[in-house]
Amino acid sequence: MSNKLINLSGINKSFDGTMVLDDLNLYIRENEFLTLLGPSGCGKTTTLRIIGGFETPDSGKVFFNGEDITTLPPNKRQLNTVFQKYALFTHMTIAENIAFGLKIKNKSKSYIDDKIKYALKLVNLDGYEKRMPHQLSGGQQQRIAIARAIVNEPKVLLLDEPLGALDLKLRQDMQYELIRLKNELGITFVYVTHDQEEALTMSDTIVVMNQGYIQQIGTPEVIYNEPENAFVADFIGDSNIIDAIMVKDELVSFLGCKWACVDKDFGNNKPVDVVIRPEDIILKEAGTGTLDGEVTHVIFKGVHYEMEVMAGGYEWLVHSTSMFTVGQKVSISVDPFNIQIMNKPESEDEEAAHIEE
Amino acid sequence: MKKFISRFYITIIFIFLYAPIATLIVLSFNKSKTRAKWGGFTTKWYVELFENEIILEALQNTLLLALLSALIATVIGTAACIAINQMNKAWRTFFMGVTNIPMLNADIVTGISLMLLYLSFGMSFGFSTILLAHITFNIPYVILSVMPKMKQLNKHTYEAALDLGAGPVYAFFKVVFPDLLPGIFTGFLMAFTMSLDDFIITHFTKGPGVDTLSTKIYTEVKKGIKPEMYALSTIIFVVVLALLLFINKSPSKKDNAQKRI
Amino acid sequence: MKSKRSLLAGPYLFWSIAFIIIPLVMVFYYGFINENGAFTLENIAAIATPEHSKALWISIRLSLISTVICFLLAYPLAMILSSMSVNQNQFIVLVFILPMWMNFLLRTLAWQTLLEKNGVINMILNFFSLPSLNIINTEAAIILGMVYNFLPFMVLPIYNSLARLDRDVINAAHDLGANWVQTFCRIIFPLSIPGVVSGVTMVFVPALTTFVISAILGGSKILLIGNVIEQEFTQASNWNLGSGLSIVLMIFIILSMIISAILDKDGEGTLL
Repeated sequence: MSNKLINLSGINKSFDGTMVLDDLNLYIRENEFLTLLGPSGCGKTTTLRIIGGFETPDSGKVFFNGEDITTLPPNKRQLNTVFQKYALFTHMTIAENIAFGLKIKNKSKSYIDDKIKYALKLVNLDGYEKRMPHQLSGGQQQRIAIARAIVNEPKVLLLDEPLGALDLKLRQDMQYELIRLKNELGITFVYVTHDQEEALTMSDTIVVMNQGYIQQIGTPEVIYNEPENAFVADFIGDSNIIDAIMVKDELVSFLGCKWACVDKDFGNNKPVDVVIRPEDIILKEAGTGTLDGEVTHVIFKGVHYEMEVMAGGYEWLVHSTSMFTVGQKVSISVDPFNIQIMNKPESEDEEAAHIEE
Repeated sequence: MKKFISRFYITIIFIFLYAPIATLIVLSFNKSKTRAKWGGFTTKWYVELFENEIILEALQNTLLLALLSALIATVIGTAACIAINQMNKAWRTFFMGVTNIPMLNADIVTGISLMLLYLSFGMSFGFSTILLAHITFNIPYVILSVMPKMKQLNKHTYEAALDLGAGPVYAFFKVVFPDLLPGIFTGFLMAFTMSLDDFIITHFTKGPGVDTLSTKIYTEVKKGIKPEMYALSTIIFVVVLALLLFINKSPSKKDNAQKRI
Repeated sequence: MKSKRSLLAGPYLFWSIAFIIIPLVMVFYYGFINENGAFTLENIAAIATPEHSKALWISIRLSLISTVICFLLAYPLAMILSSMSVNQNQFIVLVFILPMWMNFLLRTLAWQTLLEKNGVINMILNFFSLPSLNIINTEAAIILGMVYNFLPFMVLPIYNSLARLDRDVINAAHDLGANWVQTFCRIIFPLSIPGVVSGVTMVFVPALTTFVISAILGGSKILLIGNVIEQEFTQASNWNLGSGLSIVLMIFIILSMIISAILDKDGEGTLL
């Protein structure tokens, strides 16, 4: 494993008496695309701003390459930020914007000119040197903000919801663009977003946050397929989250039925949450599955039908490529592999537990 | 340390701005009639103020002028905004240019230009000439307060109202007008204030026998100000202060309540 | 429908022609004729007489000095105010506007009391055995009066342009390696120029044309161009000369407008 470039240790931060981050511990590896994902107010942006040096934690330390940088001002840090609303300098041309950091460092004119050319090429905006920021579209301004940051050759690029202000199509294009950029530059990206699809598409590692706590850290696949608690399951994609009792290893009971699963070591007769993804539910003819019910809603979504099935007193969300009609009696069954068991959160501390891989 | 310097600096400027006001308040309680020496504490000027018909009349003129000119300017200005907003660029530039003339021009030039107008048309100088002048310099304040709100308007809410069957006039007053209201109110308040505080333009457009507080004070400057004037300005100041504190307190309470939720 | 709505501008169109445009035309008309109604440039040329040119020169000098002082006082103040939390600064901004509600003649007059030989300031100075300050009826007193009266007009637009600055733009400059001084010189100040420009014109024009402050704080010894014009209208009743001098005055006003329009291309600087 590559080494830990940034290490946040025991970070606490509150604003006006409201706790925003509570004993946050996190490390970021070199060359990693790490995404801080969570709803607004979860502390993801504050975490990013602490890394960038725009906020100082109330307690705890920030290490960069093993060095304590907790109180180092932003202009002395070896990282650069791409701000949410681009924060371009409106009174300067594109070239002047990009040159800003290099001029501060007293680089030679020819060096700066080369860098501007290189950076504009990198973000596919060659020839835009003389324009003013307001003459550019939102997506173009975003690329300039990225160019302005990367010409300084930071070890880490911090991106604070950089695609938030763009429309859907542009956002998708920019996602690929960012992945390409990251691979070309070979540096660490720390990315903040509330958009789970963005996080799943681009990240090497996703850190799901809520209310100042880290809920889960893992690869996109792990986060999606094996959410550790109901919050993560609910936040990442659509899910059926159901109260259940773990009867014994590999057997769980909910909605009045017993279901085979693959999880062990939860103890006997312990309350748990069960997560089942809508695409993992198999609908069959009534009487042939585990639990019978009735289709209450059907919407055609293009690649699949989205259905609601009332069964066992619970409204199941089901995605299926075959179509059932409203009122049709069906039966639900689920492959044991696709039943995800989660501990009920006992305390907030437990939710914040950092799982080491 | 930085915070200390900031506070110190603000305090110094604060003293600079409020020293004359404190002086006036102190003078309003000064038994001696001259400004130069302190003759002991008295409240008699406050009593005499309400018996001084000349000052009371000037006060009445001032308030009446401010109220009337602000009202008329608000009506003319708001109507103009509604019209200007949907005009083509040339007309809009013309109107906004004209609006800027009294704002940017020196008061003395505005004053004498109106004086020349009245003279040339043989109008007799009096309350009405002052009123016309005040409306003239008040309209731009209304327009400059309402216009930005006009630009922020969501055009579709008006169209939606029409779509739902409202007539244009009904739709305007039910849908557009409420959104403009803050701007109209600010404009009115600014117009009122400007009229209240004006001296220069009133000085050139007033007739003999009609005085506002400002012109009254100006004629008294040479002979010595009547202490009742200090009493009056103290009262005005305290009333405005109380009003501002009241207005400032109420929204901040709401903010706190929202934060708690 | 559209043309019907345009009718709403009718009253204002009439009003602005009758009370803004025609009066200005009259100033030019009177400025270019003599008492007999014949065309002349004498009233304009009258600015060259020693008496008038001296008054104009003093006006320009004093208003420039007070504009600079206002700027130097206002900029740090506006920076401090804009860095405060929202609730606090609303209140403090009000505190700085509040003095404007007390009659400005009286406020200016109060400075007489404060500055007099036996006034409050000298009493305090004497108490600390410091030399007394005798600036009443001098140019210094007029400058003080101008700074005092027009300071809020400088503070507010600068404050507005600073408050409108996106915090992240400043953060971005820090992020790119700029220290505080570099950030101020390259980012904060350039972006606040619209506010500065509108503040400068809003102080310079009334200071240049005032006749009240000089009448109250300058004694009758120091005549500004505003005093000369006022006297031509109210005492000498020489409207032609008064108009002619006003036209000269307007040239200076227009000049400062043009300069400000060039510096503030987008018309961003506003008092409101």
